[in-house]
Amino acid sequence: MNNVKEVIIAFMLTISLFFSSGCGQDDKIPVQTPSRQNCKEEKPAYGDMLIEGAIGDASNLIPMLSSDSASHNVMGLIANGLVKYDKNLVLTGDLAESWEISDDGLTITFHLRERVKWHDGVEFTAEDVLFGYRTIIDPKVPTAYAGDFMEVEKAEVLDKYTFRVTYKKPFAPALGSWGSLVVLPRHLLKGVDITKSPLTRHPIGTGPYKFKEWKTGEKIVLTVNSEYFEGRPYIDGYIYRIIPDPATMFLELKSGGVDQMGLTPTQYLRQTKSPKIKKNYRKYQYLAFAYTYLGYNLKNPLFQDQRVRQAICHAINKEEIVEGVLLGLGEVATGPYKPGTWQYNPRVKRYSYDPDKAKKLLKEAGWIDSGGDGILKKDGKPFQFTILTNQGNNQRAKSAEIIQRRLKTIGMKIMIRTVEWAAFINEFIDKKNFEAVILGWSLGQDPDIYDIWHSSKTGPKELNFISYANTEVDSLLEEGRHTFDIEKRKELYFRLQEILAEEQPYTFLYVPYALPIIHARFRGVEPAPAGIGHNFIEWYVPLGEQKYHFTP
Amino acid sequence: MFYYLIKRLGMMIPLLIGITIVSFGVIHLAPGSPIDLQTDLNPKINAEARARLRAFYGLDQPLYLQYFSWVRRLAVLDFGNSFSSDARPVLEKIGERIPVTIFINVISLILIVVIALPIGVISAVYQGSFFDKITTVFVFVGFATPTFWLALLLMIFFGVHLNWLPISGLKSLNYEYLSPAGMLKDRVVHLILPVFLSAFGGLAGFSRYMRSSMLEVIRQDYITTARANGLSERTVIFKHALRNALLPIVTILGLSIPGMIGGSVIFETIFAIPGMGQLFYLSVMSRDYSVIMGILVIGAVLTLLGNMLADLSYALVDPRIRLREE
Repeated sequence: MNNVKEVIIAFMLTISLFFSSGCGQDDKIPVQTPSRQNCKEEKPAYGDMLIEGAIGDASNLIPMLSSDSASHNVMGLIANGLVKYDKNLVLTGDLAESWEISDDGLTITFHLRERVKWHDGVEFTAEDVLFGYRTIIDPKVPTAYAGDFMEVEKAEVLDKYTFRVTYKKPFAPALGSWGSLVVLPRHLLKGVDITKSPLTRHPIGTGPYKFKEWKTGEKIVLTVNSEYFEGRPYIDGYIYRIIPDPATMFLELKSGGVDQMGLTPTQYLRQTKSPKIKKNYRKYQYLAFAYTYLGYNLKNPLFQDQRVRQAICHAINKEEIVEGVLLGLGEVATGPYKPGTWQYNPRVKRYSYDPDKAKKLLKEAGWIDSGGDGILKKDGKPFQFTILTNQGNNQRAKSAEIIQRRLKTIGMKIMIRTVEWAAFINEFIDKKNFEAVILGWSLGQDPDIYDIWHSSKTGPKELNFISYANTEVDSLLEEGRHTFDIEKRKELYFRLQEILAEEQPYTFLYVPYALPIIHARFRGVEPAPAGIGHNFIEWYVPLGEQKYHFTP
Repeated sequence: MFYYLIKRLGMMIPLLIGITIVSFGVIHLAPGSPIDLQTDLNPKINAEARARLRAFYGLDQPLYLQYFSWVRRLAVLDFGNSFSSDARPVLEKIGERIPVTIFINVISLILIVVIALPIGVISAVYQGSFFDKITTVFVFVGFATPTFWLALLLMIFFGVHLNWLPISGLKSLNYEYLSPAGMLKDRVVHLILPVFLSAFGGLAGFSRYMRSSMLEVIRQDYITTARANGLSERTVIFKHALRNALLPIVTILGLSIPGMIGGSVIFETIFAIPGMGQLFYLSVMSRDYSVIMGILVIGAVLTLLGNMLADLSYALVDPRIRLREE
């Protein structure tokens, strides 16, 4: 299917060449800033609605029961957590006004906002949080998120607005885990089988928008919560419109059926240059919470020598991959964190594109072109391996091809194999039946990456499938998740990144940009490290430009 | 006749059981399981949470037990709950999508029959004429054109450039605020492109079948006889030739009944129509066993019924096949 989509996009390209010839030839990235606010004095006004295009429908609107991004995106406007990440990715209070962490790091006491109401008018209290916690650890509840909460030793309601949790061990990611997963309306769910609750399809939250209707596969409609505790949002309605085909969605955008969507690099650079689109839409770019990497199976003798991995890193031109695969709309990755976040260490060892240095390193490691056929050999064995990646991700497949070509020039023979996702995971990753893989990780806001790098996490179905083991990294990861002080954590994770950069268990390839486009009538959009959604309740449309006048 | 019907229905039961065993086996053979979408490469999940999820969906039991408990529920027409995270009843998920799929398919089938049959008849009767050649070209172009590509072209032209037709979806956003006539019009304009496109591809097949079947019949001796008897050309073609030529068409129609609920993934994806094709595709990708099995069982029953209907209607159309009442 993804292949079909790609074919469609390829056709789209051809088609748009037919129809949109005659637009300007500016090849520079048209980074646009919302500068229209300066044109004339505009006052924020209530009204209008925003239609966001999305390729997938939500599945379940009780956040702990779903793991798809669609459900969580929609619930992001309906529900609140105790805490949230602000635009600079720092934890701030949401339903909790403040909190205290005990000196031993074991106890967190949350002081909740008073007089917050659920959308049905009932008051939100600490009992709702306790109920949410008890639900998420209930063995009968099919949730993928119980893990963090099993570290809790005791959760208690001190009074109506005070909630306290005690952990078995200090656990730094704990604070961030008290988001919207565990805030549930107790008065509606008590004694009910949560998987059969009407709330799965008609959620009740405390957030800036109230649920109105959900037409499966078509749209989810939200309407403004005028009593929202942070103030009434300006935009009256929000529609999450499901259009599974990206090409169709783009046409809907052009014809006005969608106000906001994410663009592909091609659309961003080449298909949104017509004067009409430039006038009616604003494009934004910011680093996405994800990176793509080339990972080595460290159980394979080929990759056990650090110099070999460093050599490969020198032989791969990462700028070329960013340019070729993302059309320049991304940044070279140097480690497991997103550039610009507090945990990102900008001063780790970098590997310039240098094939000669690569060859020198390989020679040191004993790999030489002894047969004169251009292929490196050691003990008579040629340097060859297969890069495995999953089917349906064109960017990864393209990266593999670029890497293949570059490594060929230093004398390595690379095969590429793409495999359907389920088989990829079950037959190759889980059984460690691979030599090298191209994959990506989505990043959480908390820097804890214990599960991916700790040497204890190499079992079946665990995430350190490359079998990386380094005792210093292990202790850094352990200390990191038990330390609350942000400066101390920063030190630990900076050191971690230095080690990873030096040892190259992964060759970090790129961090792509997220490329949203939004109709120009929306003002107040403010790109930040967290993206653009962080201040959605402050977006507005000036009265004269409002498009939809019926309330959703 | 009644006895024949009972016998045919009785024979369907072992067939159906066979089909369910094979399908159940095949979808479980495919790598992956329903919980993988939630658990694979998810740092938040630990072994305990994974085991809980497996137990929740009964995936920790041996395959034959899973099959038996599925069959036991099916026997009382309980298709179970979806294995995706919404955990809704399978019938509810199918039920909310099936009307739109059937509706579009029925309209386009009617359209196909109404247009393709005359085209086929005329091209056969005037074989080699200009009309025949033109329709042949047209029909093959239709057959060869990838629907999704044509769909995008038409969407760009009618939706973006002319702004006459909506691009995707089934209803406008302000549907609830329209007058009854406005609602009807809104529905109709949303259906024009999808129905046209789904008919466009099918047109080719049907008109070709009709043409060759008609050609076959026209060459028969009894047509010559009819002409020799001095019947008008009209009577010969419509009364003697057409009735016989329709026989194979009836079979094809009968066999297209299960396709009515199938829908098409590409097509529904392009037009953002929440139909059965999308549901089946998404269920397969997420290994939602209960929904897959539900759709397969309904599809199998309809195929078997469609076959039977085709056989029965043969008897209606062709006296030679009619069973003797013994």
